[in-house]
Amino acid sequence: METPLTHNISPGKEPPDLAQYEKAGGYAALRKALSMSPAEVQAAVKESNLRGRGGAGFPTAQKWSFVPMGDDAPRPKYLVCNADEMEPGTFKDRMLLEGDPHQLIEGIIVSAYAIQADVAYVFLRWAYKLAARRMEESIAEAYRHGYLGKNILGSAYSLGMHLHVSAGRYMCGEETALLNALEGKRANPRTKPPYPQVSGLWGKPTIVNNVETLCNIPHIVKRGAEWFKSLSRSDDGGTKLYGVSGRVKNPGLWELPMGTSMREILEEHAGGMCDGYQFRGLLPGGASTDFVTAEHLDLAMDFDSMKKADSRLGTGTMIVLDDKTCPVGMLLNLEHFFAQESCGWCTPCWSGLSWIEQILQDMEEGRGRASDLEVLESHTRLLGPGHTFCALAPGAAEPLQSGLKYFRDDFERHIHEKRCPWSPT
Amino acid sequence: MLSEQERREIEAHARHYPNNRAVCIEALKIVQQHRGWVSNEGIADVAEALQMKPAELESVATFYNMIFRKPVGKHVILLCDSVSCWIMGYERLRQHLGDKLGIRPGQTTADGRFTLLPNVCLGACDHAPVMMVDDAYYQDLDPARVDEILASYQQEEEKSTDGNAADS
Amino acid sequence: MTTIHIDNRPYPAKDGENLLQECLSLGFNLPYFCWHPALGSVGACRQCAIKQFKNEEDKHGKIVMACMTAAKDGIRISIDDPEAQDFRASVAEWLMVNHPHDCPVCDEGGECHLQDMTVMNGHVYRRYHGRKRTFHNQDLGPLVNHEMNRCIQCYRCTRFYREYAGGRDLDALVLRNQVYFGRHQDGVLENEFSGNLVEVCPTGVFTDKTLKRHYTRKWDLQTAPSVCVHCGLGCNTIPGERYGTLRRIRNRFNGAVNGYFLCDRGRYGYEFVNSGRRVRQPLLRKNRTQLLQPVSKRAALQHLGELLSGGARVIGIGSPRASIEANFALRTLVGRDQFYLGISERDLRLLASILDILRKGPARTPSLHEVELADAVLVLGEDVANTAPRLGLALRQSVRRQPEKIAKKMGIPLWNDHAVREAMQEEHGPLFIATLANTRIDDIATRTFRGPPAELARLGLAIAHALDPIAPQVPGLSDTAQALAGAIAEKLKAAERPLVISGIGCGDKAVVEAAANVTWALCNMGRPAEFCYVVPECNSLGAMMLGGGSLETALEAMNDAAADILVILENDLYRRADAALVDRLLAAARHIVMIDHIEHTTSAKADMVLPAAAFAEADGTLVNNEGRAQRFFQVFVPRGEIEGDIRGDTPGDIQESWRWMRDIMVVGRGDEGQWSSLDDVTAACAAVIPSLEPILRAAPSAAFRMDGQKIPRESHRYSGRTVMHANVSIHEPEQPQDPDTALAFSMEGYSGHPPPSLIPRFWAPGWNSIQALNKFQDEVGGPLSGGDPGERLIEPTPGKKAAYFENIPAGFEPRVGEWLLLPLHHIFGSEELSILAPGVAELSVQPYLALNPEDASNLGLTDGDEVQLRLRAQADAQVDVKADDSANTTATTAEVFRLPLRFKPELLHGTAGLPAGLTGMGNLAGVALPAWGELKKV
Ligand SMILES: Cc1cc2nc3c(=O)[nH]c(=O)nc-3n(C[C@H](O)[C@H](O)[C@H](O)COP(=O)(O)O)c2cc1C
Ligand code: SF4
Ligand code: FES
Repeated sequence: METPLTHNISPGKEPPDLAQYEKAGGYAALRKALSMSPAEVQAAVKESNLRGRGGAGFPTAQKWSFVPMGDDAPRPKYLVCNADEMEPGTFKDRMLLEGDPHQLIEGIIVSAYAIQADVAYVFLRWAYKLAARRMEESIAEAYRHGYLGKNILGSAYSLGMHLHVSAGRYMCGEETALLNALEGKRANPRTKPPYPQVSGLWGKPTIVNNVETLCNIPHIVKRGAEWFKSLSRSDDGGTKLYGVSGRVKNPGLWELPMGTSMREILEEHAGGMCDGYQFRGLLPGGASTDFVTAEHLDLAMDFDSMKKADSRLGTGTMIVLDDKTCPVGMLLNLEHFFAQESCGWCTPCWSGLSWIEQILQDMEEGRGRASDLEVLESHTRLLGPGHTFCALAPGAAEPLQSGLKYFRDDFERHIHEKRCPWSPT
Repeated sequence: MLSEQERREIEAHARHYPNNRAVCIEALKIVQQHRGWVSNEGIADVAEALQMKPAELESVATFYNMIFRKPVGKHVILLCDSVSCWIMGYERLRQHLGDKLGIRPGQTTADGRFTLLPNVCLGACDHAPVMMVDDAYYQDLDPARVDEILASYQQEEEKSTDGNAADS
Repeated sequence: MTTIHIDNRPYPAKDGENLLQECLSLGFNLPYFCWHPALGSVGACRQCAIKQFKNEEDKHGKIVMACMTAAKDGIRISIDDPEAQDFRASVAEWLMVNHPHDCPVCDEGGECHLQDMTVMNGHVYRRYHGRKRTFHNQDLGPLVNHEMNRCIQCYRCTRFYREYAGGRDLDALVLRNQVYFGRHQDGVLENEFSGNLVEVCPTGVFTDKTLKRHYTRKWDLQTAPSVCVHCGLGCNTIPGERYGTLRRIRNRFNGAVNGYFLCDRGRYGYEFVNSGRRVRQPLLRKNRTQLLQPVSKRAALQHLGELLSGGARVIGIGSPRASIEANFALRTLVGRDQFYLGISERDLRLLASILDILRKGPARTPSLHEVELADAVLVLGEDVANTAPRLGLALRQSVRRQPEKIAKKMGIPLWNDHAVREAMQEEHGPLFIATLANTRIDDIATRTFRGPPAELARLGLAIAHALDPIAPQVPGLSDTAQALAGAIAEKLKAAERPLVISGIGCGDKAVVEAAANVTWALCNMGRPAEFCYVVPECNSLGAMMLGGGSLETALEAMNDAAADILVILENDLYRRADAALVDRLLAAARHIVMIDHIEHTTSAKADMVLPAAAFAEADGTLVNNEGRAQRFFQVFVPRGEIEGDIRGDTPGDIQESWRWMRDIMVVGRGDEGQWSSLDDVTAACAAVIPSLEPILRAAPSAAFRMDGQKIPRESHRYSGRTVMHANVSIHEPEQPQDPDTALAFSMEGYSGHPPPSLIPRFWAPGWNSIQALNKFQDEVGGPLSGGDPGERLIEPTPGKKAAYFENIPAGFEPRVGEWLLLPLHHIFGSEELSILAPGVAELSVQPYLALNPEDASNLGLTDGDEVQLRLRAQADAQVDVKADDSANTTATTAEVFRLPLRFKPELLHGTAGLPAGLTGMGNLAGVALPAWGELKKV
């Protein structure tokens, strides 16, 4: 089983420096890309079926294709690496950032070349201090060796790259809010259309891609689309970083073929449930995905299969709910997070989520009313996609709607017993 | 007024952006790094340096949670309160930390040593529960481990105060 | 035009316009909050949700925000769709979750957009049981009140204040459901358009602090259409009255003039009407050693009759702040040759020059709205942010015209406000500002230039020459000025709608002429150039069109033959001319009759003061800087200080100035029955002065009726009429009659929409807030249905060639031991009437003298020190007058003034700044600036 993304990574150890990275075949993809035309690089990525690993699974090459190309395209153009990773339960990009910074840097340069970007930013969440240090050093190294800056490796192509460390807020991960944050503004999202590809950072064409997405690019360019597709067990090409947290024996993160089943990940890699705990459900890809239950566990963890469980692949990092944990409490924790992180721009989100939180809090503390369930249910509909300005609130509605579906009894018990059945009395 | 050091650091970052405004968040962080937190004076200093208005900086400073507009203790404990840590018993740790330090989340110990802040997912969910003290991650926590960690900070400080005492 | 389908019915719509605007224009009641016709769409509140269907077969559809969706041919939408309705009701419910429900004690109650929308959404039942958030409120100064708990986070306030008006001290703080709209710390809002927050905010967060002190619900206010009297732009207003005092001013939308916004001077200056310095009854003294004593109207008139009976020689001094009708009445009383305009020779010449330039053509004067459409602007000499504030706001929009093209190229519709701003970034412009000192719109300027008037004029002339070599060349111009002139010329030439702005603010005719040369040079090149001149008073241009001499010529005439009676109309002459000159003028008259609504230095010297109606107590016509004649209407019958005046508003001794003239004519000459109503005066004026004939059409006459009825000044919900005076008498007095207009002092009358110039308030069923205005426009955001009010008196003759002005002033030369004192205008303080409003007074600057720090240090002075100013004798200072030698100006004894020093680094070496028109400046108030003076450390 090939693990191109994590091949060079040994957790707990220093990442490969530039020389080591080069020795392992690093920056060969960049050399190859520079010998291709930007259109050819885009074509290779298109062929690979690579879909964005930031959560939404949008085909990467298609996203790139909206960037104006040619001499009369507005300048400068930007490529932004989304390394904000603040989705609760998600810890995959961190491994790539800390473990093999040059892989990411090369991915960014090749991608930037494909869209002929002039400047690249890495938008990193503040908490990843180690990643910040390593990225900073590696970027400097890459500059020193001519992989960045003017006329990269003697080609006509130039690229500047800067690390931007955020000051915190989940919203910064939303790609247009990220642009505002990068410009030194409040991280409110922006209207789409116009899409960032046309009017992004400082009004100029901009691509925002996830860390994991970008890390795939050098491998695709180097080894070709067919190879990339062959890594996968499903129609979506490549490998995927899958993670598991919660009461399992061996929580962790693994690079596996795209489309590995939930059961396999949970049982073979995470070692199954901890002793004395039963599986009740899981959020397959971070806090803003719908619960799935035992009946779904054989589904493949890829973008399309997860729809069959009315859920999403999301970030591919699963959060497991066990039988000794209160589902209502878990939802309160999740909705508290979303309500707290709402940017405050659109009404359904800033007001609706805090109301949801209030109700869940009431339930947990024994003040729930029968009519509350109806309010919660209506909110899962009202906060649906398109109703709010960005995807934060719809994301918040996902665990709630499936939670209400699968754990209805638990809600009702809270209301009838006027307390949380899990809390010690 | 910004210190020479602060000014230099801000200028170094400003080179990464096409305009002044873009560096304002970094500038606030730099001021915070040097002064512990961002006071009204800090806001005014950055405003002056970047030709911005205090309200504009306030607007940004109050949006992002890692910019402290109130004084914090010498060490800031960021305890992850998000879902995986919650499942793995973060509430118990919060209680424990609070009892131990004699403060509630959001507060600073009377000796100004620790501030306890709940914080969203720290991205180490496979090692929940997790907390950060200043720049360091602490994972797979339980109350005993927390005690050890607190003690190590206390010891470290005692050492440095001893040293000071010896100097004087 | 395209066809859109709303609930399966076809409607015409504007292609590409946002659907919210289209639905509202079609008359649908679609609720909204964050959208504003002048601010565009940002999609924040989610209140305007509708259903959009893919095609006729699609029965499911999806929810979209109307304000963020473009109207396209064949688009199918539903407003009535149950899911859309349900969603909209939920938005109301969410907004009410934290709302304090304090309508009974909220100043917005009864005209609250949030109330209207809550009702429109059918949200009636509260399901939220949690705690509400609470905020601390800030003290934002004397004009705007802050009550954050009522906030619904629609972001309109900061969008207006920051993005539209350029303010930077109010912002959105914090996030989630805790967003706080406020300042960094308590303190006065810095932007001069802060008062618009009161109207922009859809609920009671920002309310009118002056109203708060004498609070009245909207429906209890008696209102009439009016025009602002605090500068020369003529913004349309709606003043409201209760219990005999003026309570507030609201914006009266006029699509061509002020649109949706007023400046704070215009909004808050109104309190002068309630001022303790009002003249409320006739005052008389038999000789000048006595104090003025109240007398009855009859006694006053009788006395005047006696004075006039012997064929007395009467001289009349009119006023640029009095209506056309008032001035014309005075002119009729005294005779054309004895009528003077009440302004200095210098100002008269400046204004005459402007009027002449406007009349000559070929360039046109734009309306304020048209200023917003200009795509390259040169401001020459005028500090518009202080002398004509609303014009500054218009310029903030015009600098968007060229950058907007970037957005258009990206296919972003202009209503998509934030996307447009993102695409445009910080691009402004072109806007060039050449002024005496820094201005508050410099932040949007492409380039600025600072210098004394001569340098400004030379720059202007050089631009004209750069455009057209036939225009005179400026000798000895510096390379930098030359290069700047060339750069400005390029941008003006390349523009689709170039505009030149100037005015009399810097007191220099060469500047006014240079501005004309630039405009004409553009016209001669076939460019559609426009110019806009700022004039100081609400009727400066109207008065000029009436004709008449200056104060200097009046003095000359009186030196030839002493006047028995000097009648002064609504004018404090000490603000208009040098004190010595006014002293002599007043001394030359045997009897001085002052007709005005406030006491001032001039009225204190009168032998008789007759109480005139202030703007809200009178009707009349004013001509703004555009040459637009606009009618203002009486809001209420003023309280006269008459015994037995129960209501305090029986037609008392206060009356319109023209009525005083009529009464004087009756007692003096027995001209019985000459005029009985305003229409008579207006008609007489139009007959005598043909250029003023269009004023007849500025508004319908008094005979105008809708369905045979008058238009009520009181709303149909006006309360308490029968009991208002019950403490005095339980008999309800008869409503006052109004012979002058088609409006009635009553609740009764026509309840539909009156013609635009007669709209006393904006209200429609279900729409109690100011946003009812939508129902008065055919196209929301466009002109009022039936056309925006006002008649333009001056139209250019396109294609006509105008000869360039050839006078080229010499460059400025600093003098040894002397400083050229330049006039610095202040929005709060420089205007005579608004400064009587306590809020405005609080914000007014204090007297000062400004120097650049270098000059100051040469004098051994530092910021805050007292400086002694000795003015050069007037005869020397007024170069202009001397050159012509037509006015009698004898050198006055040089006076000495003491003022605190302020640094103003941008002032050129050898120049100093003095605040213009400030009270508390003593005799400096009337000194024509620029003037030379000596400075010394005290
Ligand atoms: C509230 C919110 C938070 C998000 N956070 C992240 C994040 O931390 N990292 C990330 O890559 N994408 C995040 N996304 C998704 C991004 O908006 C965007 O889709 C992604 O960066 C695109 O990259 P990709 O095409 O490579 O997947 C977030 C989206 C939302 C709505
Ligand atoms: S859904 Fe609305 S309020 Fe929530 S984060 Fe997105 S834009 Fe902000
Ligand atoms: S008016 Fe359309 S979202 Fe606010």
